Amino acid sequence: MRSRQYLQAYLFIAPSVLIMGIFMLWPVISSARLSLFKSSQFGPSTFIGLGNYRAMFSDPIFRADLLHTVVFAVIATPLTIGLAVMFAVMLNRKLHGRGFFRAAIFLPAVLSMGVMSIPWDFLLDPTIGLLPHWLAPLGISFGDGKADPHIAFAYVVVVGVWKNVGFYMVMYLAGLSTIPRDLYEAAGVDGASPLRQFRHITWPLLANTSAFVFIIATIASLQAFDQVYVLTRGGPYFSTETLVYLLYRKGFNDFQFGYASAVGWVLILIVLAISLTQNLYFSRRQVTY
Amino acid sequence: MATTTQVTPIIAPPVSAPGPSRLAAVVKRVLLYVSLSVASFLFLLPVLWMLFASVKPEGTIISNPSQLFPTHFTLQNYSDALHAIPFARQFFNTVIFAGSVTILSLLFDSMTAYALARLEFPGKRLLFLLVLLFLMMPTQITLIPVYQLLAHLGLINTFPGLIIPRATNAFGIFFLRQFFIGIPKDLSEAARIDGAHEFRIYWSVVMPLARPALLTLGLFHFMFNWNDLLWPLIISTSNDMATLPAGLALFSGQHVVQYGLLMAGSTMAMLPMLLAFLLVQRKFIQGIATTGFK
Repeated sequence: MRSRQYLQAYLFIAPSVLIMGIFMLWPVISSARLSLFKSSQFGPSTFIGLGNYRAMFSDPIFRADLLHTVVFAVIATPLTIGLAVMFAVMLNRKLHGRGFFRAAIFLPAVLSMGVMSIPWDFLLDPTIGLLPHWLAPLGISFGDGKADPHIAFAYVVVVGVWKNVGFYMVMYLAGLSTIPRDLYEAAGVDGASPLRQFRHITWPLLANTSAFVFIIATIASLQAFDQVYVLTRGGPYFSTETLVYLLYRKGFNDFQFGYASAVGWVLILIVLAISLTQNLYFSRRQVTY
Repeated sequence: MATTTQVTPIIAPPVSAPGPSRLAAVVKRVLLYVSLSVASFLFLLPVLWMLFASVKPEGTIISNPSQLFPTHFTLQNYSDALHAIPFARQFFNTVIFAGSVTILSLLFDSMTAYALARLEFPGKRLLFLLVLLFLMMPTQITLIPVYQLLAHLGLINTFPGLIIPRATNAFGIFFLRQFFIGIPKDLSEAARIDGAHEFRIYWSVVMPLARPALLTLGLFHFMFNWNDLLWPLIISTSNDMATLPAGLALFSGQHVVQYGLLMAGSTMAMLPMLLAFLLVQRKFIQGIATTGFK
């Protein structure tokens, strides 16, 4: 009777377990093994121990890409979350056209960043772009556009932020809806300014939402690829190349599977380290009310 | 546009006592509306530009770079896009890919979630732990071994190769498990006493109750796969097997000058998402608010 029950359960999980085993679990293990081999699409692979990792860390392009990835996450994540919180607070009150404003800011979240990077590319082009022409009278110059490493990096950040603000705004709106109204009424009676109310009531009580949002936003930033691929292909001179882009280029252009797997493992270790630290940090600040 | 129409109603209410604090409140409110209108406009700008540029004659896009609205209207770009990129073919590929992944993943995720939520079996905790692990892990790590495996099986550049590895999803399992745990057990117990098979209880008792969760998850699966770039870029190696994001990204890299055509292609690629968003906007937003799925 019991073994019949188990058999039933195993039939239920069989398809997922097979797919996850073959296309997730085995590949993770296999990529760890691959990262210890010098391998290419052609010819046999040879075991080189930590050779790929050593080669990687002495490769200036890898080190630059690691830096870009971290800088991208460090700039894009707080910028995205800051804007998301700001819009959520603005749109949490009763307003005419609130639904429209929310929808407009959220819309990018459902669109493909790969596809939408194509119109962005034209909008930001210094010679034929709409934004450079509109902003020129304000003295804002787009210079050489994406031919300039710094501007290209800014483009990649802007498109990433544009795509994700609405998504996190919605999560913050959900967080805001759980804060009891009477807290603000009490603060209002005490004559606290809106900024003080935000600092001392809203932001601390959003800690649980923020804990979650910070982790998923950071992890997502570290995996930036789509807008880089469409806007800059990692250029100019690798100045916008991220770790995932490097993995793609090494793996699927150069067919250096060992090296690319090692890049993947560096990414995994960074993501794990960040998840753990943020978990520890925020679990100590868990708020109940 | 919306910028001007949104501002008027706030100034309209008669200001009875124009004291300094009252005035400050009005100014603040106006500032709020102005900044929200500007922000909304900027967020919509790439979409608006894409739509408008797609109906402009090719020449006017470059000759009038500061012009948002079209002065001349044409559908030439759309017919060009249909011929130049194997657009119809790639649209079909995207529908098959995103559609099959959604259906299969909903089925397999819900079966596993059912077992995790309702059945006892050795290895249950281990399975759940793996699901949690895959939930956090960047999936790019699997790309190279999966590519090698699919190449070995001769599945590169085929629908099975695109679809099968995506046919179950750690987030889907986790999300549905949470939902299934919340469904009262009495219902399935009653069915079990009546001698119903476990699969029958899953399919006819629990699944109908989970319809809202399944719809939300299905929407996410479809959106994610419709929009995805890296996976189809790697697994499809010919234009005829590419999905729209991969096909358009490759095309834009090779033919930088055909702006109108590219915008028409991008518009058609994003149209299903735009329509879905307009139709079930509330569902999207509620889904994210309750799950935090990305």
